[in-house]
Order: sequence, then structure tokens, then C-alpha cells
Amino acid sequence: MDKQNTLRFQNGLKDGIPIALGYLSVSFTFGLTAISMGIPLEVAVVISLTNLTSAGQFAALELIAIFSSYTEMIFTQLLINLRYALMSLSLSQKVEKNMPTHQRMLMSYGITDEIFALAAAKEQPLTCAYFCGLMLLPICGWTFGTWLGGATTTLMPDDIRSAMGIAIYGMFLAIIIPPAKKQTAIRNVVLLAAVLSCLMEILSSFLSISGGFALILCTLVAAAFGAWRYPIQKENSR
Amino acid sequence: MSEYFPYIIIMAGVTYLIRMIPLTCFQKELKSPFIQSFLYYVPYAVLGAMTFPAVFTSAGDLISSLTATLVACLLAYKEKSLLIVASFACLCAYVTNLILML
Repeated sequence: MDKQNTLRFQNGLKDGIPIALGYLSVSFTFGLTAISMGIPLEVAVVISLTNLTSAGQFAALELIAIFSSYTEMIFTQLLINLRYALMSLSLSQKVEKNMPTHQRMLMSYGITDEIFALAAAKEQPLTCAYFCGLMLLPICGWTFGTWLGGATTTLMPDDIRSAMGIAIYGMFLAIIIPPAKKQTAIRNVVLLAAVLSCLMEILSSFLSISGGFALILCTLVAAAFGAWRYPIQKENSR
Repeated sequence: MSEYFPYIIIMAGVTYLIRMIPLTCFQKELKSPFIQSFLYYVPYAVLGAMTFPAVFTSAGDLISSLTATLVACLLAYKEKSLLIVASFACLCAYVTNLILML
């Protein structure tokens, strides 16, 4: 690595620190949720290291816990993480000219909401060295936090663990309520998805539809409704 | 570990491909406003559907879960951080459970 690239890498590392700290606490919750659902600690840690995504991993926990079908896993992940395709697409316009394919393939692993947001906000064309520096600490934070959360939970008594079950949903609420408060479109999409999901739950005794596919169905309908009713202006996506 | 292995491979594989394919293959931007809007709303729709109705039974019994959900919603509405909202929801569920057991 030449001098300029070393500097870029260091800049990336520095920018990644706040993201890594944020990830530490979220993945802590992931680790303890995994354990409370009966999934072994080492499995949770490997999932975090290889997936590096919050919503997708949390959804996967529910599927793994009931040993659902592989097809459901594929479609759930595809749908929940589809937004990364948009970010990846956006980054393809942002990277420096003539970036070789192997560098693009390396960077792809680190595309998350927060890392993308930071990289996309940069004025200059994106270099592989900067992006790798940027994603390194968040990856460590995400993986280490998972281990820490899981290891802590194993030592906890049952009634505390049971109360911890709501942690993940508390996080989800903290993610969706603030934007829903400000944007009618997001509020209605969330409400529609929630109502549909409740209906599916009520109807689940009559319809033989599994949780994973119910989630996909609710998401497709609610997001399509949002796109049809409230099309966003260009470059509004985060 | 071995029974979890296929799931991990599938998750990691699918998630990676989603991130990798557009960046390596596509050079032009998507024009369709519908697709763009759809992708923008997907995370919210997913989270909405995942949270409800599951949150109502997430802390063991209905009453403590409902109380904790209410507290979580209030804190989220006041735009507290993820960690604060999640921690207070757990604390509230725990305390409500203790009171119910008296």
C-alpha cells in the first residue's frame, strides 16, 4: 500500500469509530436475543461476522429458532436486505473511475446503512482504501458486541432473560417511530404493515402460511403501497 | 453447530450478493421512481410487520409486554436512542412481572 492509500485508510478508520461504538450496543442486543432464543453463542458470533446487518439478522434468528425452510430464509433475507442493492447501486456511481472488480467485491461486504451514509456523504470519489478503513472498526464492533451480549446473557437468571425478549422490539420501535412522526408516508407504510401482520396472525389458524412468508407478503404490500401512493423525490433514499 | 451451518451460508450468501451485484455489475442508475420509492419504504414495512403483533407477547405474558410496549413507544416518540428505548422496555417488563407476581 503506498503512502496516499495508507492515509486514506487511516481517515476511514477514524470516520468508522462512531459507527463502531453504535454497533457495539446494537449487536450486544443481538447477542443476548440469540442466546435467549436458544441459539449457541458461536453461531450468533459467526452470523454477525458474515452478515453485518441488523434487521436481517434479527429476522433470521426467528427463522433459525424454529428451523424454518431454506427457501423462507432466502426470501426473507432478500427482501429485508434489498435496500442494500440500492445503496450498492448508488456507490457504483460514487467510486473512483476504473476501480477493479476485486476491489468492488471487497467493498461490497461492508455496505450497511451507516457505513453507506458516511461514504455517500463524501465529496471526493470513493477509494477502496478509505472504504476498507471505514468498515474495519464497525465490523469488529459488530462481532465483538455480539459475543459480549451473548456471553453476558448466559450468566443471567431466567426472569431477566424473559424480560429481555422485548429488547429487540424496543429497538425496532426506536428506529421506526421518529421518522414515522415526521413523515406521513412512512407512518402509513408502517401502520399498514403492522395491521396486515396482525391480520395474518389472526388468520394464521385458518391459512397455512408460515411466519417468514407472512412477513414478506406484508412488506411487499406495504412498501408497494408507499411507492404507489407516496413516490419519493429523487435521491431521497438514505 | 452443523444444523445451523446451512442457514448461515444462505444468509451470508444472499446478503453479500445483494450488496455485491449492483456495485460490480451496474454502471447506470435505476430510473424507475417506483422501484426507488419501493426500496426506500422496504425497511419501514419490514420493521412494522416484524414488530406487530410479536411485541405484545415478547416479554412473557400479555400485561407486562403491553406495559413495556407503551413505555417503549413513548420513549421512541421522544426520540431517545435505540439502547435507551430497548433497556427501559426490558426494565419495565421486568418490574411489571415482579409486581404481578406479588
